[in-house]
Amino acid sequence: MISQVNIKEFQNTPSGDRGKKIHPHKFTMWVAIGSIVMMFAGLTSAFIVKSNQTNWVTVSIPDMFWISTAVIIISSITLQMALRSFKQRVMNQYRMLIGVTLLLGVAFVVLQWLGFQDLWAQKITFKGSGAGQFLYVIFGLHAIHVIGGIIALIVMFIKAFIGKTKLYSSVPVEVMAVYWHFVDVLWIYLLLFFIIIGGK
Amino acid sequence: MSEALHIHSGTDTAHAGHHGDHHGHHQQSFVAKYVFSMDHKTIAKQFLITGIVWAIIGGLFSVLFRLQLGYPEQSFPILETFFGNWAKGGQIQPEFYYALITMHGTVLVFFVLTAGLSGTFANFLIPLQIGARDMASPFLNMLSYWFFFMASVVMISSLFISTGPASGGWTVYPPLSALGQASSGSKLGMDLWIVSMALFVVSSLLGGLNYITTILNQRTKGMSMTRLPLTIWALFFTAVLGVLSFPVLLSGLILLLMDRNLGTSFYLSDIVVNGEILPNEGGSAILFQHLFWFLGHPEVYIILLPAMGMVSEILSVNSRKPIFGYMAMLGSLFAITILAFLVWAHHMFVTGLNPFLGSIFVLLTLLIAVPAAIKVFNWLTTLWRGNIRFTPATLFAIGFVSLFISGGLTGIFLGNSTIDIHLHDTMFVVAHFHIVMGVASFFGMFAGVYHWFPKMFGRYLNSTLGYIHFWVTMIGSYLIFWPMHYQGLAGIPRRYLDKRGWVSFNGFPELDKMITIVSIIVFAVQLMFVFNFIYSIFKGRKVTNKNPWEANTLEWTTPLRPGHGNWDGEIPEVHRWAYDYAKDGRDFIPQTEPIGENESKH
Repeated sequence: MISQVNIKEFQNTPSGDRGKKIHPHKFTMWVAIGSIVMMFAGLTSAFIVKSNQTNWVTVSIPDMFWISTAVIIISSITLQMALRSFKQRVMNQYRMLIGVTLLLGVAFVVLQWLGFQDLWAQKITFKGSGAGQFLYVIFGLHAIHVIGGIIALIVMFIKAFIGKTKLYSSVPVEVMAVYWHFVDVLWIYLLLFFIIIGGK
Repeated sequence: MSEALHIHSGTDTAHAGHHGDHHGHHQQSFVAKYVFSMDHKTIAKQFLITGIVWAIIGGLFSVLFRLQLGYPEQSFPILETFFGNWAKGGQIQPEFYYALITMHGTVLVFFVLTAGLSGTFANFLIPLQIGARDMASPFLNMLSYWFFFMASVVMISSLFISTGPASGGWTVYPPLSALGQASSGSKLGMDLWIVSMALFVVSSLLGGLNYITTILNQRTKGMSMTRLPLTIWALFFTAVLGVLSFPVLLSGLILLLMDRNLGTSFYLSDIVVNGEILPNEGGSAILFQHLFWFLGHPEVYIILLPAMGMVSEILSVNSRKPIFGYMAMLGSLFAITILAFLVWAHHMFVTGLNPFLGSIFVLLTLLIAVPAAIKVFNWLTTLWRGNIRFTPATLFAIGFVSLFISGGLTGIFLGNSTIDIHLHDTMFVVAHFHIVMGVASFFGMFAGVYHWFPKMFGRYLNSTLGYIHFWVTMIGSYLIFWPMHYQGLAGIPRRYLDKRGWVSFNGFPELDKMITIVSIIVFAVQLMFVFNFIYSIFKGRKVTNKNPWEANTLEWTTPLRPGHGNWDGEIPEVHRWAYDYAKDGRDFIPQTEPIGENESKH
């Protein structure tokens, strides 16, 4: 594969005067996280601006979102365990834990969808104005970010089984874990945001 | 295919002639080498050439609407031949006019001066000047170009649909842009605009992530941050601005897309269109302006900073003097980056913004004059008593400084909320931002192209055509935009397609004709530059000297036609900053040369 050779060769580049090095891919992920944070900061501040206007309708969070919160927190833990077993070279356990994380990720998205259906059944739709519309957009965009992570997990899961070369570098798993913990924390922030500020 | 990525040495002068079909034993298919390339230099050229195509399209649009503004009564049958119903009877129709100005703005701001400018030079210069074999992630870098390409395809396709492209102005303010029934350009064309811009944002983000990571992580040995050329610093801050502000635009556009297609009311409230009362309530059109300008203002600096960086480098090299005030340059770049995020509401002084809040934004806006003045001062003092070589690149760099001063001064007018009440939405605004951001950044871009063309293609651009290009563009730009200040002060609004009906501002028909004629001439000269560009890629004078400008930076230590990986052997080590010109009796000392025993400190 072109990219593989490429990237490995180029990563031998010495890196200025940096003492403790962070892997460039991991660093890229952190910058990307900064970027995603800005996106949700934009949306939640739009929410605050609009919540001061007339005809604002508040929304109460369906219980389904509490279950999905539990699911995504557990998936973060399983991914962290997967990373540990990868580093300890316990590959069977690694494959199993990646698989579990993947399933939990899918479960999270399904639960979000069920939560949306609960809300929709309560007549919180796109009509009118208020917190409900923001909830669909913000939680929906978060779910898209989770789906992005799920796709990466699927690739990782397949590679763990059919990879021709043995995987030694833990960097991809670490980058994956950083991203997954981020969408987890982002979810908790969004949920708290809707409970504390959206409930007013 | 993997062998193709070896660092090869088939790039010496002997091989330069038939480069492309012969690279020693390393064969690489055409697709991998030129299309889905992961070499940052090829990606840079892809950005540049796509940007040039877009610039021709966007520039042509401006010529078309200038025809309308200069000759509103005249009929041009040829327009009907080409544009059919858009120019019935040879006259540009109102819908077409608004589509033209909207697309001119969108194309030039995003596709040319963002992707074409920072996409080109960030890709090309970052690895070469910091001493890296490629970007931190060549794959993401390739994706960045192809997302840009997809965005381009979607945007181009919107030009060919029957209801026409988006036509509510490049700022796409709702409710006009949110309601299909409001204008034909707000139908499918607007959806395509949003999709295209979403793809564009993804492209910018992928690029920006890579630029930041590469600059911070992939520098060669000895290349401390304060030894970086100013181009790299400028491109770094550009990327930071993009990564933090584009996502906010994306948020705003997603909400707009929902308002358009799913019946939400983020931006819509109490609207009657063509006698129809819409059910939307509780939305706020001003919310969109906040989200838009939170990107929109940093976007100005995303466009301008790369030009500033390249101008700093080119002026220093060609006046054979160290850049004046390196740390001050760096500090002012940093200050501009911070302030860029704190001034967005100066675009919204007349939206009913709280006057007290407005006064804070006035203060922050006028503060930008400080770092801007520091930069101007340092460019002028770099030139001062220099041994100036007036290459086309130098001229364009000096032209940039001139335009930046002229355009910056009118910014002080507009930044004052009280004066802005009179000037907002007039031709004065058009004149201001075209000079300070549009034309100035174009000059920076031209300077960069003339300066780094030898490194990009192994040949020189023709200098005679370059001088003609410079002088006509320089004089033309002032002739086009200077009179617009007077028009604006006289109260002529922007975006009006025919001023004959208004007694208060129909007094400048001859001035408008003059501006139109000059625009056509300047556009023709840009086509001449494109000819020069294409001709010189194949037939230009060959570069025989690795370091034709006698510059210090690392890109000139690579082979004449560097392969993927840039340096044949080891990556050079850096021992000094990039600006040791005219030091200790020597004309220039490359960054790779160790500090001598008796050398004075800079």
